[in-house]
Amino acid sequence: MRFLPHSEADRGAMLAKIGVASIDELFADIPARLRVKGLDLPSVAGEMSVERTLGRMAAKNVPASSVPFFVGAGAYKHHVPASVDHLIQRSEFLTSYTPYQPEITQGTLQVLFEFQTQVANLTGMEVANASMYDGSTATAEAVLMAHRVTKRKKAVLAGGLHPHYRAVVETTSAMAGDAVVALPPDPTATEDILAAIDGETSCVVVQSPSFYGHLIDLAPIAQKAHSVGALLVAVFTEAMSLGLVEPPGAQGADIVVGEGQSIGNPLTFGGPYVGLFATRQKFVRQMPGRLCGETVDAEGRRGFVLTLSTREQHIRRDKATSNICTNSGLCALAFTIHMTLLGEKGLGRVARINHANAVELAEMLVEVPGVALLNDSFFNEFTLRLPKDAAEVVEALAARGILAGVPVSRLEPGRPELANLLVVASTEVNTVEDRTTFAAALQEVLA
Amino acid sequence: MTTYFTKDHEWIRIDGDIATVGITDFAQSQLGDVVYVELPEIGKALVKGDEAAVVESVKAASEVFAPVSGVVEAVNASLTEEPGKINESPEAEGWFVKLKLTASDELAELMDEEAYKVFVETL
Repeated sequence: MRFLPHSEADRGAMLAKIGVASIDELFADIPARLRVKGLDLPSVAGEMSVERTLGRMAAKNVPASSVPFFVGAGAYKHHVPASVDHLIQRSEFLTSYTPYQPEITQGTLQVLFEFQTQVANLTGMEVANASMYDGSTATAEAVLMAHRVTKRKKAVLAGGLHPHYRAVVETTSAMAGDAVVALPPDPTATEDILAAIDGETSCVVVQSPSFYGHLIDLAPIAQKAHSVGALLVAVFTEAMSLGLVEPPGAQGADIVVGEGQSIGNPLTFGGPYVGLFATRQKFVRQMPGRLCGETVDAEGRRGFVLTLSTREQHIRRDKATSNICTNSGLCALAFTIHMTLLGEKGLGRVARINHANAVELAEMLVEVPGVALLNDSFFNEFTLRLPKDAAEVVEALAARGILAGVPVSRLEPGRPELANLLVVASTEVNTVEDRTTFAAALQEVLA
Repeated sequence: MTTYFTKDHEWIRIDGDIATVGITDFAQSQLGDVVYVELPEIGKALVKGDEAAVVESVKAASEVFAPVSGVVEAVNASLTEEPGKINESPEAEGWFVKLKLTASDELAELMDEEAYKVFVETL
């Protein structure tokens, strides 16, 4: 059996065709420190031997489900009922490629319609699309949309926005030639967002709960933005929080975007995830992505069709409002099934458990000498100031079998003033024992 | 008032130094049902040939070009709510923009109604 169908000569010809001398040169854009240096694998081995070798290598990872797990910062470990995975694997859903043809994809289209309804309800908005790739790209699309609506090109990003989201917005805006004013990281939630909004602002982008876990009152920000003709883009990375906090739509947001992974979708190493995107009806023509609509057929029967999205891809073409050309269909399906299983009351109940667990954990951790909690408010995630480098503490706790959170320095490198900050998340999957173990181990590590 | 036509199927009606711009009955019949219109900002300066508006039908999105240079004095905002006016009354209620002419000599390059009719018959 030939596992490598390309000969050296084939590879050489392909490299020559695109004008690079070697595979290393082809991957030159990837920083050297991130490239695998060589796996030291034998060139030939039997199947059982391969299984053993690779199994040993894989065991060096610490699976999220195997230890007390408090890592969040944009991706959250929640319980996903087995029924979600079972249902999304039905072949009608799993294998369907693209729901252009309403004649044969009513089931998929109806799911998208239900998904949109759930997202609109969850965010307190009038209309939601059929999903985006993930929260960060949805945020970038929201900024571009705000520029189309306001015909202005200066976005203000609050300092509590997830650093990766900020980077994606900055990259996309740079390509569009738009300006971005990114306020400095805001671990204590004391920044003056209002002061950054002026008559040239297209939108102000505010995350709540913020990257550092703070719940932000969006209403005064919406009011200031609207008074100068700007929009408020509300962002969340933890969709579960919307089961407990007032929806951004009710606080005056014009566009609400975020990550839906928390509901129905496992961590899966960071993707694929599902971006949520909702807005007001009056802006629907400027909304990117797909929208599924309800209609009736020639005989008056209820049915579903993609609308506006086909306009984007097939009719508007180079005039399309966005370059997004698909949606996270299967992840959106998982979201919808989980939401349906939970119902409004169930979602609220899980959200309350998240909050209660996080409060209990925070209370335990601040008892550890030298540890300070930076949050006055939070949902299921908060930021600690440690008496020493947070990355080192996380390493020491990992060695003790605890994944303690995300050191801020990992996402904000080059900012020594943030080096001792640790973002900690606690969801419904953590037990009392997990929390107690974490607190005890932290005390040991900091002693 | 004099009305002129372009090969891109716009009409332009001159009243003093103000020109009202729309698309012809032939154009709307080719586009089919119009579902959406994008209008320019008031005050925007257009050079002949610039995109003055976008008209979107169920089949295509098309530009409406400025037949002559001018500054946008007014837009027909009612089209945003009722784009169907473009199908129903393309050469009256379905107008797009009013331009204050900045180079009225460009009018000489446009067709009159008779010439446009002949042009359409050749298509």
